[in-house]
Amino acid sequence: MSTSAITPVPFGRRIKRFMADRPLVPLIILLVILVVILQILRPGIVNERWIANTIKFAIPLAILAGCQTMTMLTGGIDLSVGTVATMSAFIMATQIVNQDPAIAFLLAMMPAVLIGLVNGIGVGVFRVHPLIMTLGTSLIGTGCLQVYQRTVIASGAKIPDFLAWLGTGVTPIVGFAFPNALLLFVPLAALIVFTLARTGFGRLLYAVGDNERATRLSGVQYWQVITALYVTSSVLAGITGLLYIGLIKAPSLSLAEPLVLPSVAAAVIGGTSIFGGRGGYTGTIIGALILTVLTTLLTILQMPEGARRILFGLIVLFVTAAYLRIVEER
Amino acid sequence: MTTSAQQQSPLLDATGVAKNYGAVAALRNASLSVLPGEVHALMGANGAGKSTLVKILTGAIQANAGRILIRGEARDIRSPAAGRRAGLLPVYQEPSLIPDLDVLSNLRLTGTPVEPFRAWVRELGIADLDLRDTARDIPLAVLRVLDLARALAVEPDVLLLDEMTAALPANLAEKVLEVVRRQGDAGRAVIFISHRFVEISALCDRATVLRDGETVGVVDIVPGVEEKIVELMLGTRIVKTHVAARSAAEKAVSAPARPRIAVKDLRVGTKLNDVSFDLRDGEVAGVVALEGQGQDELFAALAGSIRPSGGTIEVDGNQAKFAHPIDAIRAGIAYVPGDRSEALAMQRSVRENIALPFSAALRNWGPINMRKERDTVLGAIKRLQIDTRAQGEVQRLSGGNQQKVTIARWIAADARTILCFDPTRGIDVGTKQEIYKLLRELAGHGKSVLFYTSELEEVQRVCDRVIVIFGGRLVDIFPVEEADEPALMRAAYGLPRGAKADVGILAAPNASEPGATP
Amino acid sequence: MSHFLRRQGWVVGLFALLIVLFIATRIIQPGYGSGDFGSLARAVLPYAFAVAAQTVVVIAGGIDLSVAAMMALTSVTAASMMAGASEEYALFVVPFVLAMGFVLGALNGLLIVVTRVPDIVVTLAMLFVLQGAALLVLDAPGGGAAEWLKALISGTVPIPGLPDAVDAWLPKALLVLIVCLCVIWIPLRRSRLGLSIYAIGSSELAAFRSGVPVKRTRIIAYALSGLFAAFGGLALTMSTGIGAPIPGPYLLASVAAVVLGGVALGGGKGGLLGPIVAVFVLRLVRTDLTLLAIDPNVTAIIEGLIMVAVVMFGAFITMRGRQ
Ligand SMILES: Nc1ncnc2c1ncn2[C@@H]1O[C@H](COP(=O)(O)OP(=O)(O)OP(=O)(O)O)[C@@H](O)[C@H]1O
Ligand SMILES: [Mg+2]
Repeated sequence: MSTSAITPVPFGRRIKRFMADRPLVPLIILLVILVVILQILRPGIVNERWIANTIKFAIPLAILAGCQTMTMLTGGIDLSVGTVATMSAFIMATQIVNQDPAIAFLLAMMPAVLIGLVNGIGVGVFRVHPLIMTLGTSLIGTGCLQVYQRTVIASGAKIPDFLAWLGTGVTPIVGFAFPNALLLFVPLAALIVFTLARTGFGRLLYAVGDNERATRLSGVQYWQVITALYVTSSVLAGITGLLYIGLIKAPSLSLAEPLVLPSVAAAVIGGTSIFGGRGGYTGTIIGALILTVLTTLLTILQMPEGARRILFGLIVLFVTAAYLRIVEER
Repeated sequence: MTTSAQQQSPLLDATGVAKNYGAVAALRNASLSVLPGEVHALMGANGAGKSTLVKILTGAIQANAGRILIRGEARDIRSPAAGRRAGLLPVYQEPSLIPDLDVLSNLRLTGTPVEPFRAWVRELGIADLDLRDTARDIPLAVLRVLDLARALAVEPDVLLLDEMTAALPANLAEKVLEVVRRQGDAGRAVIFISHRFVEISALCDRATVLRDGETVGVVDIVPGVEEKIVELMLGTRIVKTHVAARSAAEKAVSAPARPRIAVKDLRVGTKLNDVSFDLRDGEVAGVVALEGQGQDELFAALAGSIRPSGGTIEVDGNQAKFAHPIDAIRAGIAYVPGDRSEALAMQRSVRENIALPFSAALRNWGPINMRKERDTVLGAIKRLQIDTRAQGEVQRLSGGNQQKVTIARWIAADARTILCFDPTRGIDVGTKQEIYKLLRELAGHGKSVLFYTSELEEVQRVCDRVIVIFGGRLVDIFPVEEADEPALMRAAYGLPRGAKADVGILAAPNASEPGATP
Repeated sequence: MSHFLRRQGWVVGLFALLIVLFIATRIIQPGYGSGDFGSLARAVLPYAFAVAAQTVVVIAGGIDLSVAAMMALTSVTAASMMAGASEEYALFVVPFVLAMGFVLGALNGLLIVVTRVPDIVVTLAMLFVLQGAALLVLDAPGGGAAEWLKALISGTVPIPGLPDAVDAWLPKALLVLIVCLCVIWIPLRRSRLGLSIYAIGSSELAAFRSGVPVKRTRIIAYALSGLFAAFGGLALTMSTGIGAPIPGPYLLASVAAVVLGGVALGGGKGGLLGPIVAVFVLRLVRTDLTLLAIDPNVTAIIEGLIMVAVVMFGAFITMRGRQ
């Protein structure tokens, strides 16, 4: 909305235009600035090991933020991703003890599909607000998990080797240690980006979030789009759970819960509007990286916990504001 | 400039106004000077910058350059509230009542006195307004009138009407014109934007013409000036063709065995009763009705977006039950709604909006053939002459260009039957001709079109038959040869054909002369 | 009448649900009496203020993720100021803390308006800032509260002339809630400022064009939210006697109650009454589940189910009504 005045800035206008056309560039610059600050504060910390570690921790966040990006494009949000990820991780770790890995995997993904389906039907058919719907299923899921926990308490849990390899392992390629998680993430991210930009489904996500009535008049059946979306989102969350358990290696009932709010934040920082119709996944990935770097930046600072949180909040705000300043041309 | 203007000093005088949106120059060098007591037309093609100028004058946006004098004093109007204080009251192209507040609260919000408002509403031809109705539930046409009444109620010095009549049916438009005329007589000034020459010639004293953001001329409205204005607006001459009459050969080809769509005893709640008619391949059938006579429901039912409560719709001889617009679309029936905000994803690009129906069905959710899509979309854009300077987001297009996108979508989708609900709303003369031609061409290719218009003049231009709806009932169907404007007007008021009664200032022969005769 | 029903239908329905729940409670536990109701009211108090805080900004078209953190900060501030201080000192502490909430809320709004960063990010950042500040004030639960403050929300209001049996059902906590909310909300609702808040939530562009000072209104909406959150923080200190720096579960609860209460996320619609009734409904459901001696693990499942079911039912009714 063009309600505010514009004052043309002749100097640097061209650079601004360039960045406005490529909103990723300023986001990456902000990321680099954060890394540089880190390097200045702790010379030598930014090394190969640190980079690999940051990527490892950023990936689960980035995938969950992908769920948020897609749901936010339609004007929704998926707060059940934390619970779904936790559930599939927990079920995997407990079922692998005396089940075939393939079966354990299927069992682990089952609640994800189920919750996604319920979310989708609730939002798409019964028109429940996505926030309430996913919050509700997330409560239900947590409750079920607690009940389930008591049935498997005797058999114990273990982390499958493959997941540990995927979650924490690195593979040296041409002298650089690549985290194995990239094997999962790169194709996944490419798929999401492609889906959003170049497929009919992606188009519909944007359109539905922008003006649902218009899509209806064009023949789009809302419930189909929404159901497919929430199932996809849940399945992605389930996969994230498996990856995350390989990284954290300690199954608990609140494993992925701390990732939920940051996943929303990563998507918003990356330029996706929570009101729908606007945004994309590449920005979200950088958003997730920024948040992860920020967390490490703050852990190395020797300050009381309180001051650290204050700083975290201020930096998130500052980064987003700076980004908007650069990208906004009006 | 003009000779008659010299004695008086202008009420409002703007010069050298410019406004840029990034790389798009919406206004470059616009000027406008309005005298007390005059109704001043602001004219220009779609995207010329008329709305932008109105927004600047009333403080809704800030100009990059320019000088605005009110009663000879330089004023810097920085917000709509300031504009209001300076005596400038706008009715913008989009309704500006708060959708979730009732009318009364909307009045309180702007500090509008209620009694004068009520009086104006009545005057403007809306008898049964409940002030407790939420704005969202009020039909677009009424909303526009309320917007006007709200502006009139504070007795503004300058009233700025941006396509006030575009969404109005004939009866309400009439009232608006009467009221505006009287404003001018009372010594106030009105800036009047419209694409309808009939209205301009019936109402205005002078016209300022904008082209590509620049004022290219100020003319006195005298009979026969239309040509000149059009030339100024478009930079070229256009030939106004009478496209309607089908050639005998055409008629011979299309003698279909069974109608494309047969509507029998259609009922929708209490709004539409026992409506039956046929729509044949290769014809454009015009629907003529005043505001709210059931035409909205008729179109919505045919488009599958509401379910009829009785009667049948047959498509190609097979009975159809539409539960969702997709069913109608599958049957080849496409619907262009009158309210463009109902049809467009405003934050998405022109291309995505036009290509939207392509991805609707489940089987088309996969990868898109970008090249093919681009060609189809470009074809439709060209066909409708959409100004694509700001095509990244549809909301940045001018109102008329947005309207064109809604039509282009179904041209690109190649629908067999198009239901057009007032498609030329807010479209400039040049493009209107194109749309008429387009509709005729569609019919020529064997497609069928159902066409509701609030501009009666258009019926003669494009339709083969006229369907008249009054009070939710179909009262008459007659061939276009019998449909001159007075006849249509009488029919729309539910008067039988042949009856002689004068209705409205537009029906008066002297008023309609300059614009209506092709 | 039809206008009233159309607009307030949802709230009326919620009230009916609340009454059904009360009846159910009496059936489950025939001994459920005024004392239990008093503790319900006390438990609801902080939730209700959190919901009020959320409601104001949601009506204005925003969202406030920092509500719970704001409550934590105001609560620890109050508790640490009052620890060991005289009773009279609390007379100064209360307005001070309320003003702090108001100012911090206004800061939220100011940041949104000035930086033009989406409200969800600004308030998320503020969530961390306020949490951090709360930890700096008190790094572990502690502090104290003046006795008269604690007494303010315990027990009942003796109203002369009213039989004790009726009187017993008027807990002070409920009265405090009603008074605090009414004193702020009712004048607001009737003022032009209130209309402006609804207006910017409904359509920012239309509001601007109607001459509403959009930025100022937004800042005030957030300031009011901060004020209500400060009330919530005080209520926490009053009911526990201490302050805890870690925010409680008030954020999600407030958003859930706002939606349950018929306020549209996105703005412009609804009122304060609905969300407050919704809070009572949610709390009472929890009480009932506890009374039924249901496994606390299953409680979460049932709560989730009820939340979804109520909203689904509401959506269903609305759809029916439209046809
Ligand atoms: N917010 C915006 N961002 C970018 N371009 C804009 C914006 N608003 C308007 N424009 C552009 O400015 C030009 C003038 O628009 P304006 O709405 O003033 O046209 P108009 O003369 O009112 O046309 P119409 O008759 O179709 O309503 C158009 O080309 C439009 O695309
Ligand atoms: Mg315009």
